[in-house]
Amino acid sequence: MSPLTTLSVPVLAGMPASPGFLDVVLKIVQVLVVEHAIVILGALLVWGERRVAALIQDRVGPNRVGPAGLLQPIADLLKFIFKEDVIPGHVNKVMYVLAPGIILVPALTTFAVIPFGPGISLADVNVGILFILAIASLGVYGITLGGWASNSKYALLGGVRSSAQMISYEVVLGISAVGVLLTVGSLHLNEIVQWQASHGWFLWHQPLAFLLFLTASYAETNRLPFDLPEAETELVAGYHTEYSSMKFALFFLAEYINMIVSSSLVTTMFLGGWSLFGLERLGWVVGILIFVAKTLVLLFVYLWIRWTLPRFRYDQLMNICWKWFFPLALGNVLLTAAGEAFRVPFLTAWVLPVLLLATGWLAARISWQRDPGTPALATVPAGEAR
Amino acid sequence: MTVTVKQIVRVKSTHKERLYFPSILSGMAITIRHFFQALGGRRVTMEYPEERWEVKDNYRGAPVLVKDDEGRPKCVACSLCEYVCPPKAIYIVPGELEGGNTVERGPEVFNINMLRCIFCGLCEEACPEEAIFMSKEFELWGEKRSELVHDKETLYALGGVRPDPIKKWSHK
Repeated sequence: MSPLTTLSVPVLAGMPASPGFLDVVLKIVQVLVVEHAIVILGALLVWGERRVAALIQDRVGPNRVGPAGLLQPIADLLKFIFKEDVIPGHVNKVMYVLAPGIILVPALTTFAVIPFGPGISLADVNVGILFILAIASLGVYGITLGGWASNSKYALLGGVRSSAQMISYEVVLGISAVGVLLTVGSLHLNEIVQWQASHGWFLWHQPLAFLLFLTASYAETNRLPFDLPEAETELVAGYHTEYSSMKFALFFLAEYINMIVSSSLVTTMFLGGWSLFGLERLGWVVGILIFVAKTLVLLFVYLWIRWTLPRFRYDQLMNICWKWFFPLALGNVLLTAAGEAFRVPFLTAWVLPVLLLATGWLAARISWQRDPGTPALATVPAGEAR
Repeated sequence: MTVTVKQIVRVKSTHKERLYFPSILSGMAITIRHFFQALGGRRVTMEYPEERWEVKDNYRGAPVLVKDDEGRPKCVACSLCEYVCPPKAIYIVPGELEGGNTVERGPEVFNINMLRCIFCGLCEEACPEEAIFMSKEFELWGEKRSELVHDKETLYALGGVRPDPIKKWSHK
């Protein structure tokens, strides 16, 4: 195989049957480029989060280092590098040092199978979604180990919470994805995108699954309103309480990389991935740009949600997962399967959301009619209440 | 001893509130509105070194010494401010003024230790000559402790000239 054909885009998708030396080198280069891009994007996302948070709170945010504060991540990194790397005496040293790595590696690995352009991904795995679910769930080891090895109450509580939370929400995450997989009939992420390019986004075909998947991915990445593992107001800093310097930075970075991966996964599964009204046919660069744009929009929603909603209580978190999301996800799978069997997929996918909306609306109507007004507040004149 | 028990009325959430999603969406509408307003420039914070407060006239910043229209130091080193100063931040050594000045007395040394000053303004109130004022200066910093002890030159430089219609010393 000549170097010229090797450089052409399709090769980005996967290794040829018998890879030569050049192919291996190219692959390594691709991996380095893409993973570094992810890490840099993760660092920029920290800046983005601070800017968005500030703007939502009518502030300005970091705007001093570089244009619009864009070099803030570099300043932060320098700070982290020059900080003293404290290893407390009471920790389990091996696990304590390993944990940040254990959390970062799955975060970076999961991106490998996501098709970020037409047929372009680092590894062309035909069970892509399974790979992601499998590897992403390894991330919980990092958090739990970090919490356990720290040998302190708050860290341990954070670690325990995180393992319970992530295991619970992984169930919802997996089951809500099944609706998509049933419709496409493939676990291959690129085929899922291709199906969406010809049939329309899964956001319309599987609205309920989209909602569940998105919410579960918030819980998976430990973002507000589900950031129980690091709940500042309760657990100081949760599982990374005892960490400082670059070890803490790795935990921090892993959280943001997880955000990027899960929003690119949601983009791939529900928002048509690299496709947008046939624009992707203009070339693979356009495809990648479309994908990045969609992912960035989802990342903004992540930040937006975080600075809007307060944290759930722990029992509420579990209640929502097991009493609401889990049955809903199962119902969605059931209806989607029925829809596929009886060839009315679009109808059945909307049955559950419409039913939910109708019952919710009815319940709200009834409760408003019967609601005698809130007694505690009713004594305060309306004008003086605030 | 009687124990009073206050009955707290627990407000039960309505079904609409328990649906979560309407409340979540309305909350998100509020935050995005603030986001775009702040993006458009409506902010509560100030870009400090570039933008500054407009300090009110009755603000009590660093105490300074002033000169009159003719460039004469107004202070006569009566030491009333030194006496009244609650944290004893002022140190005065009286002396004669040189240069054929009609003002007979003046401070030879006039130090205000800004590390001690509590910005109470009693020195300004006590001064019979209207020579010491609380300025609008609030940015006080130094690399050494000694830099924060304002001496006579610093105090006059900070104070500048304050015109006075009476011109007491021109008639003596």
